[in-house]
Amino acid sequence: MSSVEARERAAVESAIQRFGQEPGPLLVVLHAVQDTLGYIPSTAIAEIASGLNLSRAEVHGVVTFYHYFRTSAHGRRVVQVCRAEACQARGGAALEAHAQKRLGVGFDETSADGAVTLEAVFCLGNCATGPSIRIDGKMHGNVTPERFDALTGRPGRQ
Amino acid sequence: MAIKVFVPKDATACSLGADEVAAALGAQLGARVELVRTGSRGLFWLEPLVEVATPTGRIGYGPVGVADVAGLIAAGLLSGGKHPLCIGPVEEHAWLKSQQRLTFARVGIVDPASVDDYVTHGGYQGLARALAMSPADIVKAVSDSGLRGRGGAAFPTGIKWKTVLDQTAPQKYVTCNADEGDSGTFADRMLMEGDPLTLVEGMTIAGLAVGATQGYIYCRVEYPEAIAALKTAIAAAHAAGYLGASVRGSGKRFELGVRVGAGAYICGEETSMLESLEGRRGEVRVRPPLPAIKGLFGAPTIVNNVISLASVPVILERGADFYKNFGVGRSLGTIPLQLAGNLKRGGLVERAFGVSLREILEVYGGGSASGRPIRAVQIGGPLGAYVPASQFDTPLDYESLAAVGALLGHGGIVAFDDTVDMARMARYAFEFCAIESCGKCTPCRIGSSRGVNVIDSLLAGDRPAEQRRLLDELCETMIQGSLCGLGGMAPFPVQSALKHFPEDFAPRGRH
Repeated sequence: MSSVEARERAAVESAIQRFGQEPGPLLVVLHAVQDTLGYIPSTAIAEIASGLNLSRAEVHGVVTFYHYFRTSAHGRRVVQVCRAEACQARGGAALEAHAQKRLGVGFDETSADGAVTLEAVFCLGNCATGPSIRIDGKMHGNVTPERFDALTGRPGRQ
Repeated sequence: MAIKVFVPKDATACSLGADEVAAALGAQLGARVELVRTGSRGLFWLEPLVEVATPTGRIGYGPVGVADVAGLIAAGLLSGGKHPLCIGPVEEHAWLKSQQRLTFARVGIVDPASVDDYVTHGGYQGLARALAMSPADIVKAVSDSGLRGRGGAAFPTGIKWKTVLDQTAPQKYVTCNADEGDSGTFADRMLMEGDPLTLVEGMTIAGLAVGATQGYIYCRVEYPEAIAALKTAIAAAHAAGYLGASVRGSGKRFELGVRVGAGAYICGEETSMLESLEGRRGEVRVRPPLPAIKGLFGAPTIVNNVISLASVPVILERGADFYKNFGVGRSLGTIPLQLAGNLKRGGLVERAFGVSLREILEVYGGGSASGRPIRAVQIGGPLGAYVPASQFDTPLDYESLAAVGALLGHGGIVAFDDTVDMARMARYAFEFCAIESCGKCTPCRIGSSRGVNVIDSLLAGDRPAEQRRLLDELCETMIQGSLCGLGGMAPFPVQSALKHFPEDFAPRGRH
């Protein structure tokens, strides 16, 4: 077993052990796995299904229903850009275009070098001071394209 | 004694640098001050808003950047000294003073993690009253107050509670819908971050009222700061005997847990939220049965929005008559309005129902941030109608908005200036619905994608008259045929854009 597999297995086992007894535990367990690993490995589906007495289809169905759950590792940095109306009213569409160009990836893609994942989100609740982004969990408001470049600290592609 | 300096820990304030400002103040002032991290007062254009306690009340400074800190200290920050960033006594600020803060009375003032601070500022008075009342009397107080669901549907809260109370069941639940996904809304977030114990108290009262011993707050994953604040507050309430096996020694149990969503807008719909809480895909349930009769795990369940539940403590504390004295007609009490989008002064305004949209946009909002005319306002989130300037004198209450074909929803107000392309916004409404549809019913799942196509064809000039007819028919089908409000209301922004801004839908050639 590779070290990655061992780490994945440990995370899944620990999540089932800690939260498997909660009422309606599946989302709680999936969150715990993703909190630890950053994603939910495909091998976890069967393990979680058997641990929670669910079918694999049920677990797969839940993992794929929710936008937040991901099945592969994200880049070393995760940049979320809000695409909702209140940010659009403050220049959000221009920032969406700028972010994709600047980072060289589309929404919900990871750059080839694994440096950055760009995600679209629909409302961060920062609607009076948009456009808003989150970088690795930290939110930033009033993000102009210039501020985006300063915050992401990634030189533009030539 | 150390002087108290308050710096918000609210997510918006932090998105503008409040953490860094707090760190700079701490580093430069050390033990001379006691730094308290509060919620936000909701004057977002002044964030980070630093306040200092003086003998004449709290004096505010904002917006403060890290570079301002040394100058502020030199100007006598700790004694409320003069400085260009000084806004004077915060409570006297016209933007705040003109509000009627009942639900948000403590937000931005108290330390959200402290039960002592909460009680000092009048917290848990409502619970004290409720503990001395019969369940039926608590429900009656909520019914008499006229409180209607603040999540958007505006269903009378008392009727929901009475239905749950009337059920005989070994287990009942109180659930709080904190899946605040509407763009332009942040009232739930601000309350959970800034005064979470008000929500905890409201849910505890709800538990006493209907005989429920377990509550869950279903909070969206996009709100990590709120989730952390809730968990801290619940632990503190537990430790102080306000939650647990015997609430305040009453012998009545109430436990409270936080559950986290996973990025699905549909889970703000109550039956989807219940499915999600049970660990399933957030697909809408067919009603009946109502959640009040067969809700979480098949048990009678209260499902209320954060603001509904957080309004309960003041209703119990001051009485139904006090609360219903605010508002107009059948829209009683106060509503936290969220000023968002292209406004100069965005933030949270809690006022009695009936305040005019114009007053909100002009007096509070200060007009557009860009300085251009405000052309359209979307009220009530992504499923709410666009309101044109000719309707800005409409009072903000459920009935007046319905009369002009709009809705108040959760109270989000998103302003757009005259650069907005309303056809693009209409297309976005369908696109959002397509992304967020749970997929259970056809009108929503297919209709939303077709809506995007039809608008594209219309704008491309591909048989525009036919596309327009198709678009009207599609909207009607989604409204009539969808299982829940997502598909059933997504056409509202589209129809309102078509009605009020038809010039934006003229064919513009392929792009």
